[in-house]
Amino acid sequence: MIIFVAAQVLPGNVARRILGPFAAPEAVEQLNRELGTDRSLAVQYGDWIGGVLTGDLGESLAFRQPVGTLLGPALESSAKLALLAFLLVVPLGIIGGVAAALREGRLRDRVISVGGISATTVPEFVWAVALILLFGIWLDVLPVTAQAPRDAGFLTEVKYLLLPALCLVFVLFGYLARMARAGTIESLDADYTRTAVLKGLPRRTVIRRHVLRNSLLPTIAVVATQTGYLVGGLVAIEFIFGYHGVGELLFRAAQKKDFVLLESAVLVVGAVYQVATLAADLLYAFLNPRIRFGSAA
Amino acid sequence: MSAAGESLSLDRTAAPVRRERLRLLVRSKTLVAGAVLVGIWVACAIFGELIAPHDPYGSAEDILNKLRSPSGEHLFGTDSLGRDVLSRVIVGARGILVVAPLATLLGTVAGTALGLAAGYFRGLVDELLSLVFNAFLSLPVVIIGLVALVAVGASKVTVTLVIGFVFTPIIFRTVRAAVLAERELEYVQAARLRNERAPYVMFAEILPNVLAPILVEFTVRVGYAIFTIATLSFLGLGIPPPAPDWGIQIFEHYALINGGYWWPSLFPALAIATLVVGVNLIADGLTQVFERQ
Repeated sequence: MIIFVAAQVLPGNVARRILGPFAAPEAVEQLNRELGTDRSLAVQYGDWIGGVLTGDLGESLAFRQPVGTLLGPALESSAKLALLAFLLVVPLGIIGGVAAALREGRLRDRVISVGGISATTVPEFVWAVALILLFGIWLDVLPVTAQAPRDAGFLTEVKYLLLPALCLVFVLFGYLARMARAGTIESLDADYTRTAVLKGLPRRTVIRRHVLRNSLLPTIAVVATQTGYLVGGLVAIEFIFGYHGVGELLFRAAQKKDFVLLESAVLVVGAVYQVATLAADLLYAFLNPRIRFGSAA
Repeated sequence: MSAAGESLSLDRTAAPVRRERLRLLVRSKTLVAGAVLVGIWVACAIFGELIAPHDPYGSAEDILNKLRSPSGEHLFGTDSLGRDVLSRVIVGARGILVVAPLATLLGTVAGTALGLAAGYFRGLVDELLSLVFNAFLSLPVVIIGLVALVAVGASKVTVTLVIGFVFTPIIFRTVRAAVLAERELEYVQAARLRNERAPYVMFAEILPNVLAPILVEFTVRVGYAIFTIATLSFLGLGIPPPAPDWGIQIFEHYALINGGYWWPSLFPALAIATLVVGVNLIADGLTQVFERQ
């Protein structure tokens, strides 16, 4: 709804954007009528929301294709990229955070913590420039575009996605490591850990069985809440690497004032984020026996 | 916790607490390192053209010198219009160092006022504000900014307003949570029993005691503002040309990296990186000092 209103106050006109500044006014009129953008706003919105409820997202104004056929493949591409980034960052972040926590306050902790914060706060496209230069140009080991050739095998595709995924990994790492570090420090201080140590269990066993088991479960659940952020990051990353995902589609829709496509894309992004947050809550409850929804504690 | 304890203590003890805090701040290595990094860029923003070796906006004959690699004459090389990259990086600090803190300040003031009201009055005001803001928070900041800036057109003013607007719910959430914890404490009860008016209780009693988390949040948000504005600039929706903004410089030249012309992209990228890292080191130092007490 908000997006619909925002799209309507955009100055300029879709038909004008499509036909360019030199098109005859009659042609613009004609196209407006074809696209249905000459109708009243309420009618257009009713049309769109009615379509969404029946599973029909409408037709993109700029690309003249059903939104579904544009969004579907884009979602799949973005999901691949996000999945690769998560597969890389989750183990890295957890190892980094735990390694820092075990040496709290010492040099290793400071290096990981400060390095993590720094990596997190540098925008993705800045990482992209640095990584493209290092791996794509100077070392010349990785491709600088993300779009693999059409008939590429699985490994080739991963190779093409590695650089954009790494940019996302850097930005996500700091947050994840910080969560893992805080969780580990907390359970290192807990009574059950002291009991385990006083029982005479070897340090390795204490850390594995008592500390990590309690500290990592919440961390894993927190990962899902990062999806919303991740989608925002995808816009810049997909743009710089020329990858046809949701972020790039959203950006092009915004540029072309294609509000049907824009609304649907933002709706999908919002829905993905909500589902991820819900999944995170459920996962957290499932992994942590102390929280049970709906039962009297 | 610390804020509550402090408010109950007498004024005589407040000064040493502040002095102790200041001492910790100066001793914090992260904070000092961050302050040095940010200080360098602030100096660049203030003095700009005075310390830039060449004219950052270039001239017609500069075009003959386009894309020269770094040399003694042009330490960072020249860009696709023959302009000196070093000069543009130096002067480019100004735009973002004005817009990012201003936008954050805007969001902080609005978020604090609304957060105080929602946390203090509870009830319908709180529920309505929380509902609207939570709907907003369900979308990534970059995407809201992108859509809004396409709608209103990008300029320094609109970027400031949009980022301030987008940050309001985030600050609101922090302040509201802090106020909810404060409002049940004795000093608030006492003020109420004295029959003080609501604005007085909110701004004169509660606000000073939640300033520490707001200050930390503000610093963290300035970092995010730079992150977001740089990203939007890179997408062509930030501070508009011909201002030598770092994000736009990268946008204009990243495609040339493949041809081996790395300097017009890499140096603005390093500038953004050092500035955000600096701001976040400051934020990290502040958090550590305030959380210790």
